[in-house]
Amino acid sequence: MLLEIQGLESHYGRVKALKGVDVAVKSGELVALVGANGAGKTTMLRALSGVQSISAGSIRFDGHDITRLPAHKRVHLGIAQVPEGRQVFGPMSVEDNLLMGTYRRRGAKPGDDMERMYDTFPILKTKRKQAAGLLSGGQQQMLAMARALMSNPRLLLLDEPSMGLAPLLVGEIFNAVERLKAQGMTILLVEQNAFQALGIADRGYVMETGDITMADDAQVLLGDERVKAAYLGL
Amino acid sequence: MTSMLPSALRLPPALHRHRGLIILAALIAVLPLALRNDYHYDVVINAGLNAIVVVGLNLLIGYAGQISLGHAAFFGLGAYVSAILTTTYGWPALGAMATGIVVVGIVAYVIARPILRLKGHYLAMATLGIGVIISIVLNTEAQVTGGPDGMSAAPFTVLGYTFASEQSWYWLVGGALLLTVWLSTNLIDSPIGRALRALHGAEIGARVVGIDTTRYKVLIFVISAMFASFAGSLFAHHTPTVTPSILGFIKSVEFVVMAVFGGMASVMGSVVGAFIMTLLPNVLAAFEDFEPIILGGIMMGTMIFMPKGLVPTIAKKLRRKEAP
Repeated sequence: MLLEIQGLESHYGRVKALKGVDVAVKSGELVALVGANGAGKTTMLRALSGVQSISAGSIRFDGHDITRLPAHKRVHLGIAQVPEGRQVFGPMSVEDNLLMGTYRRRGAKPGDDMERMYDTFPILKTKRKQAAGLLSGGQQQMLAMARALMSNPRLLLLDEPSMGLAPLLVGEIFNAVERLKAQGMTILLVEQNAFQALGIADRGYVMETGDITMADDAQVLLGDERVKAAYLGL
Repeated sequence: MTSMLPSALRLPPALHRHRGLIILAALIAVLPLALRNDYHYDVVINAGLNAIVVVGLNLLIGYAGQISLGHAAFFGLGAYVSAILTTTYGWPALGAMATGIVVVGIVAYVIARPILRLKGHYLAMATLGIGVIISIVLNTEAQVTGGPDGMSAAPFTVLGYTFASEQSWYWLVGGALLLTVWLSTNLIDSPIGRALRALHGAEIGARVVGIDTTRYKVLIFVISAMFASFAGSLFAHHTPTVTPSILGFIKSVEFVVMAVFGGMASVMGSVVGAFIMTLLPNVLAAFEDFEPIILGGIMMGTMIFMPKGLVPTIAKKLRRKEAP
């Protein structure tokens, strides 16, 4: 297992947002975590990247216990998050945003990686001198993904990449995620858009009010009556 | 800011980054032509000292997005360390100044960790509280600080030369200001500066690319407090008496106002803001009782019509004209 989460709990003040979550991700897998708004999906990703405090449970990454490790050290170990709402550095150029992604790689020559990102997301190349804040939502999402990939991660955490995007762009983003998986990237994808997320995932978890209620192969979940009724609107 | 100069005056790239510094140096060089008496010099020297504090404070406010209502306390602490060490203990002025900067740096570091966990209004309140505490300590420890009556520092002597005339102080403070601007400009263009700009707009984004945001916030808080202490030490040697009034809450607010008025995240804006806000009350003194009203009007007008502050707004206008 590359990532193993056991009994994870987290609080916002006195409200328990995660009530003992168990999730595991194998190397090379694309795992989708789906659920309704407020189920705790984003909280879990934030706890994983270290920007949300954890009150109980453990996170193991590649054999290391990282439960208490600060966020910047997790990046060093190879966990990169594409945060909800993209969080690009608005006043900086696209290129500088990408360079910021290599912040933890002292002495690295980011030129090749940058070219690779421009190959994966050609639109970023044409906009590379523009301020990131001026890009459209879809372009910002691609930039946030490219920035995360610049750190050469071993695990990519994607938080609601389709949020607020037009359907056409959502398709484009999911295509990019599939391409990354094909290149061997391990991905944990959090999505409200359960249908599309499970469509490209190997396995899936369904989350409800801070608990994992179902865990199975993505195709099985897609066919499950309860999942269909609750999340797919079928 | 691509350029504040007409295109005919465009500088080579190596100098381009420091064009503000070059303009400032030129202004400092020619300004004495307009200064006719010691009073003029005194006002400009105080404006320069304020500018040093504000440039440092603006690193914190404009680049790191944190607010401090306690910078007058760091300024005052630096002033008192210089005054006490040079008079009571007969230390050399530069040694006292360096000690002040280190002491203030340590104080800032110790309080920064718990304080910078706070956000927005709470951070402002906490820094305000620090200012009040330091002010009370200096007021009550009368046997060391002279209490409310204050104390004087020894003359500022370096390598046998004593800065006594207002003219000599003018060049000293001018040089100190240039040094501050140069250091700040370099800091902003360093990886530290990039990390600060990143965490200002998107703190989560900054943390997930691996920036230890707490560390950088603490670092910039300490650096900006040290700049304030530097200016405070110079002030102590220049002013007849150092009193606790120099580090009051109002003084802290004035520093913030200068930074915001001149332009956030703008080094030159800080300098311009400090000069205008120091000079204005002196110019407006002719209006006597109406002075606060006119000052307040100017402030409100700036905030309404130039919310980004004076220098960034003007720079943007110039840029538009240049490249239509």
